[in-house]
Amino acid sequence: MSTPAGVLVAGASAAGLATAEALRRKGYTGELTLLGDEPHVPYDRPPLSKQVLAGAWQPERAHLRTREVLDALDAELLLGDAAASLDVENRTVHTESGRALAADTIVLATGVRPRTLPGQDGLRGVHVLRSLDDALALRAELLSTRRLLIVGDGVLGAEIAATARGLGVEVVLAGPQAAPLAAQLGPLASDLLAELHNENGVKLRLGAGVDGLTADGDRVTGARLSTGEVLEADLVVVALGAVPCTDWLEDSGLVLGNGVVCDSRCRAADGIYAAGDVARWHHEHLGSLLRLENRTNATEQALAVAANILGADQPYTPIPYFWTDQFDAKLQIHGVLAADAEVTVVEGDPAARRFVARYERHGKAVGVLGWNMPKQARLHRQQHLTTGGSR
Amino acid sequence: MKITVDEDKCCGAGSCVLAAPDVFDQRDEDGVVMLLEAEPAEHLRTAVREAADVCPAAAISLSEA
Ligand SMILES: Cc1cc2nc3c(=O)[nH]c(=O)nc-3n(C[C@H](O)[C@H](O)[C@H](O)COP(=O)(O)OP(=O)(O)OC[C@H]3O[C@@H](n4cnc5c(N)ncnc54)[C@H](O)[C@@H]3O)c2cc1C
Ligand code: SF4
Repeated sequence: MSTPAGVLVAGASAAGLATAEALRRKGYTGELTLLGDEPHVPYDRPPLSKQVLAGAWQPERAHLRTREVLDALDAELLLGDAAASLDVENRTVHTESGRALAADTIVLATGVRPRTLPGQDGLRGVHVLRSLDDALALRAELLSTRRLLIVGDGVLGAEIAATARGLGVEVVLAGPQAAPLAAQLGPLASDLLAELHNENGVKLRLGAGVDGLTADGDRVTGARLSTGEVLEADLVVVALGAVPCTDWLEDSGLVLGNGVVCDSRCRAADGIYAAGDVARWHHEHLGSLLRLENRTNATEQALAVAANILGADQPYTPIPYFWTDQFDAKLQIHGVLAADAEVTVVEGDPAARRFVARYERHGKAVGVLGWNMPKQARLHRQQHLTTGGSR
Repeated sequence: MKITVDEDKCCGAGSCVLAAPDVFDQRDEDGVVMLLEAEPAEHLRTAVREAADVCPAAAISLSEA
């Protein structure tokens, strides 16, 4: 085991914390620093659009670890200070507040930030949802809102729609696809999702992109569709995907391009690694660069990075996985489901809204989708998806 | 080592089962984690620690007892 003299992790959330924990678990005893721009101790994002937005959980329940467990990690936790630049040669991170943090090994885990619409900044009544503070701000306004418009028909938009309906708000979901998540899940599952949203009173305005927002002074009044139609709303959530937080690395000399570009070991340069949503690495089994924005990747990639820092020299080749909860539907998605894949129901029954479907391309299983059958979906994954596998 | 799980937090990912199949399973009906061994034997500890760390919902806590 090669042991670095010090490890600095930039980004103190899922991937950053998991890197630090995995290093310790694997026996690393050297100096460890975790730098985060948010003032909060590391917390989990998936509950933000679900339990936290719904008010079912107090914000503290989303914290990833208790204070005690964090203390036991024996890492310096520097919060509320952003990494501002990286000096690759001297392996030093300069922070917004003027710190210069040098370390033998640096891990980049700064995640992504929401994409916005032109003219959105400075407009009242427009929200994005990425951070705990975003979730609390949105929740506060939702409680006194009549009509919410969600721009974006992906996972996040659909989850927020479901949660907001649960709070009794009128919800319109707008986006260019035929059904929510159509590009990701294909027609079978996305049509079922559309049905579910319809039944629960979400108005779907799909098949047309949103061109921009409309406003009265500095207050949003709705959005304009590409068809020219205007949808009125008291409150708008923009959920149009996210962009990697790499601005601070622009002058570093690292290769950037939809994330920090890494080799198959998640290494961006000598002694510099990336993990989580911000990392775009070479997946050896897929033979291409891949960047994943999901919760399990944040931890699994962190594990791989920690192992490689300690000299494992292993490629990271996971089977992608994410889940989403919308109304009473819990979906588990293993592998890569192409919208044009051949889909076979292998267990349960879509009519009963409990089933597992296998996705195939060119006669080869590429993905498994479970609808209210998490365990069965995992078993089919173990049976059918053999490419990848991080362990 | 003693394991406790917060069923409310569990999202049914099954990562814990993949990491430590001798210790964790999932309920058939909703995928929520089931503890097969609340106080796992010595040789399972590393796997259990990894399972707790990879759980995407931070639903598994460990205490040294
Ligand atoms: C609302 C919501 C719901 C989600 N639901 C699911 C789900 O159901 N299932 C699923 O699989 N995935 C879900 N995800 C995705 C999942 O949360 C992410 O994949 C995961 O959080 C990625 O972890 P990360 O550590 O790479 O990035 P992040 O969690 O984004 O953490 C990056 C951290 O770095 C900080 N940072 C950024 N720039 C700097 C800087 N310059 N200096 C210091 N710190 C910086 C950020 O503020 C942040 O705290 C959801 C995400 C969101 C936002
Ligand atoms: S890994 Fe965590 S969320 Fe997944 S089944 Fe196990 S306890 Fe539940």
